Amino acid sequence: MVVPLMHVITVAGLLFTIGVMGVLFRRNAIIVFMSIEIMLNAVNLAFIAFSRYHNDVNGQVFVFFIMTLAAAEVAVGLAIIIGVYRNLRTSYITDINSLKH
Amino acid sequence: MSAALFYIFAGLLLGSALFVVLNRNPMYSIVALVFAFANLAGLYFLLEAYFIGVLQVLVYAGAIMVLFLFVVMLLNVQPDQPQLGVVPLERWWYGVLVILFVVLLLILVGRGAQGSLPAAGDEASSIGSVRAVGEALFTKYLLPFEIAGLMLTVALVGTVFLAKRRI
Amino acid sequence: MADTLYLIPLFPLLGFLINGLFGRWLSERQSGMVATGMILGSFFLSAQLLLSLLARQGEQVVFVQTLFSWIHVGDLHIPVRYLFDPLTAVMTLVITGVGLLIHIYSIGYMRGDPGVRRYFAFLNLFTFMMLNLVMADNLVLLFLGWEGVGLCSYLLIGFWFQDADKARAGMKAFIVNRIGDAGFIIAMIILYDQFGTLSISEIAQAAPGIDVGRSFFIIVTILLFIGATGKSAQVPLYVWLPDAMAGPTPVSALIHAATMVTAGVYLVVRNSVLFSLAPPTMALIAGIGMFTAFMAATIAITQNDIKKVLAYSTISQLGYMFVALGVGAYSAGIFHLMTHAFFKALLFLGAGSVIHGLGGEQDLRKMGGLKKAMPGTHLTMLVGVLAIAGIPGLSGFFSKDEILWAAFSHYTGFISWIWLMGIITVGLTSFYMFRLLFLTFYGQPNEKGRPEPHESPSIMIIPLILLAFLSILGGYVGIPESLGGHNAFHHFLAPVLAVFTVAEAAIQDTNHLVEILLMAMSTAVALGGAYYAYQVYVGQPAHADALAQKLQLLHRLSFNKYYVDEAYQALVVRPLNSFSGLLWRWFDEKLVDRVVNGAGDIFFQAGGLIRLVQNGLIQQYAAFILVGVLFIMGYIYLN
Repeated sequence: MVVPLMHVITVAGLLFTIGVMGVLFRRNAIIVFMSIEIMLNAVNLAFIAFSRYHNDVNGQVFVFFIMTLAAAEVAVGLAIIIGVYRNLRTSYITDINSLKH
Repeated sequence: MSAALFYIFAGLLLGSALFVVLNRNPMYSIVALVFAFANLAGLYFLLEAYFIGVLQVLVYAGAIMVLFLFVVMLLNVQPDQPQLGVVPLERWWYGVLVILFVVLLLILVGRGAQGSLPAAGDEASSIGSVRAVGEALFTKYLLPFEIAGLMLTVALVGTVFLAKRRI
Repeated sequence: MADTLYLIPLFPLLGFLINGLFGRWLSERQSGMVATGMILGSFFLSAQLLLSLLARQGEQVVFVQTLFSWIHVGDLHIPVRYLFDPLTAVMTLVITGVGLLIHIYSIGYMRGDPGVRRYFAFLNLFTFMMLNLVMADNLVLLFLGWEGVGLCSYLLIGFWFQDADKARAGMKAFIVNRIGDAGFIIAMIILYDQFGTLSISEIAQAAPGIDVGRSFFIIVTILLFIGATGKSAQVPLYVWLPDAMAGPTPVSALIHAATMVTAGVYLVVRNSVLFSLAPPTMALIAGIGMFTAFMAATIAITQNDIKKVLAYSTISQLGYMFVALGVGAYSAGIFHLMTHAFFKALLFLGAGSVIHGLGGEQDLRKMGGLKKAMPGTHLTMLVGVLAIAGIPGLSGFFSKDEILWAAFSHYTGFISWIWLMGIITVGLTSFYMFRLLFLTFYGQPNEKGRPEPHESPSIMIIPLILLAFLSILGGYVGIPESLGGHNAFHHFLAPVLAVFTVAEAAIQDTNHLVEILLMAMSTAVALGGAYYAYQVYVGQPAHADALAQKLQLLHRLSFNKYYVDEAYQALVVRPLNSFSGLLWRWFDEKLVDRVVNGAGDIFFQAGGLIRLVQNGLIQQYAAFILVGVLFIMGYIYLN
């Protein structure tokens, strides 16, 4: 019994959509951030699936780099959240609208 | 690959991811996300990406989620009050966008490649091995690899800079 | 020889740059020395070139040097090319020679002025521009110099710009000159259109053979002449020159008497070929020149400001030069230009010395009896007055009589009215110049509240003495044949000038008896004017006022300069002002401003609309990203 490629990609797409929902609907910055991680992982899954399908190592290398990037991004992003929380005493991104002006 | 295992992992992955997004308590969200990433690692193993699967467990489930956990504890984030955790109703059109996105996505995926993935062990495939990925990294992708290292250093410095109470 | 041509204008330019850029590190004395040294260099170079020109008699008497291509657009090719022919030689030597003396004089005159470095920088810049003007081979380069000297004139008239009146005088000079410049520019455009070149020599070569009809040359020459009336202060554009006396006196001597104001004369002579092809223009020039000479002389009689008298005298003498040009006696015009440069510079510098000695007093009525206190100034000015009045043996006599003789023989056909007016003007000139001399140096000292007069330092007197010698000897280069000479000056210049048949006949006219008779007549008139001035101003000091009473109307007219300034104010300036005001209030504010502000408003409002999107909600920004993603997906779906 084999799994069609389409099913794996569909799983990746749904995972991505869940991430999008988290980013759009949640106000807590930490949850939003986790949702972004979910989106990145959805893309990774698609990469791995295609890499397997084409029997090509490049996709895996890309995933490796995306993980590296995600690690760096999480470190910086969380530092920013801490900085914002320290200054504004909130982690709700709807309260943070200094970009308005 | 083993189809049954795939659907089990996939179901658990999507379910725990949904739990992450819908749950009001950040602490629960983090635990659910760790679980989701573990399932994802399982999917990677099924797809014979062993190196990446191990990395997924090490980097994501291990390092990154611990970082999240620390931050949540550090900030002492409380569960959201009902209604406060989500954007107000007047932003209903976000929902329309998401629905449109899912529909279009499924249509496009359905139009895509119709092939199927070989079951595990059917074909001798070594592209997921540490050796194959390592070879690619240190030959073809040597420069990007070095740059990635530099980027991590920059992120490290930047994080220290941002997190310092007084600069 | 020709390859050193560019050095002549380069020296003053260097002086300008040194004084202008590094003046603050120079002492007052160094600044003056640098400026004077540069002029000295130019003077020696020009003198050297003149000598080699003289040695070249018979061959082509011109040096040309092309430096670089200045403007090259399509067919229009304008190089920076200098030439040095007899006409340029005369002009260059006058500019650098008289300029040198005035620079030396300025070191003494401007001592202690806080702006002395600026002063010398401007003076050098002026010399550079003037040299450009007279050495230019094409009209565009000439125009550069033309505008450049105008600029320097403006800067130096308004040198003491803290005084609003003086700054305004500078602006008046500049604006009035613009009117003339417009004529010049239009003339250049027409000439380029017709000849396809702006090189003066090429135009001169092509002009006689070209078939364009007489009116073409009449129009072009009249336009050029309009330019000349602006710069050379002829009716109707002369009004700026009297006001230009607001500048420092050495500036008045150099720019507004000896050199810049003669640029118009030079322009006409340089383009003599064109002018000779347009006899009606020539008649116009002669008429305007004579009218200007006469009118300015009548105004000069009643003025009380020593510099104003000299200014009107300058206008009057320039009028003489144009009379000479108008009757085709170009060399006589240049001759008078040269001698006038000598004696008018002398007179101005002498006046400056008097003003200096009296601590800034310019009113003739408050002078008097300075003969004892200022012997050097008195003697040299006496020479200058004798020269300008046309007393035989001095330079003014020779040049003026050559002009009168040319005018007389040119218009023998009808009652030679130009000559007649000229003779009357000689009398007037003699009268007002001696009036100036007598009121300044003779009679009772008018000591009420004036500082003790003192003689100027030798650095100012030495240039006066040198100029006095030039004023005496300058005429002997052009002794007419009737007096046993052979008019060397005329023959020297002849290769450059167009032959205006009628005038040539007059000069060739061997009727020496008539010429000598005319000379005697003008001498008698000049002496008569001098005698009358002596009668009125030294003999019976009360007489002057009585005379003014008797001729009240004439005196009033003359004293108020025929109300020309007022007329211009009423007829030109004020209507223009109110018309502009109307345009401002109705057209500019009501229409233009609204359109401009409206354009700004549209963008302001549009920006306000777009700003609603920028509400600082990051999630909304993310949603917009999603919208973009949807568009891309839709595009893929449709393809």
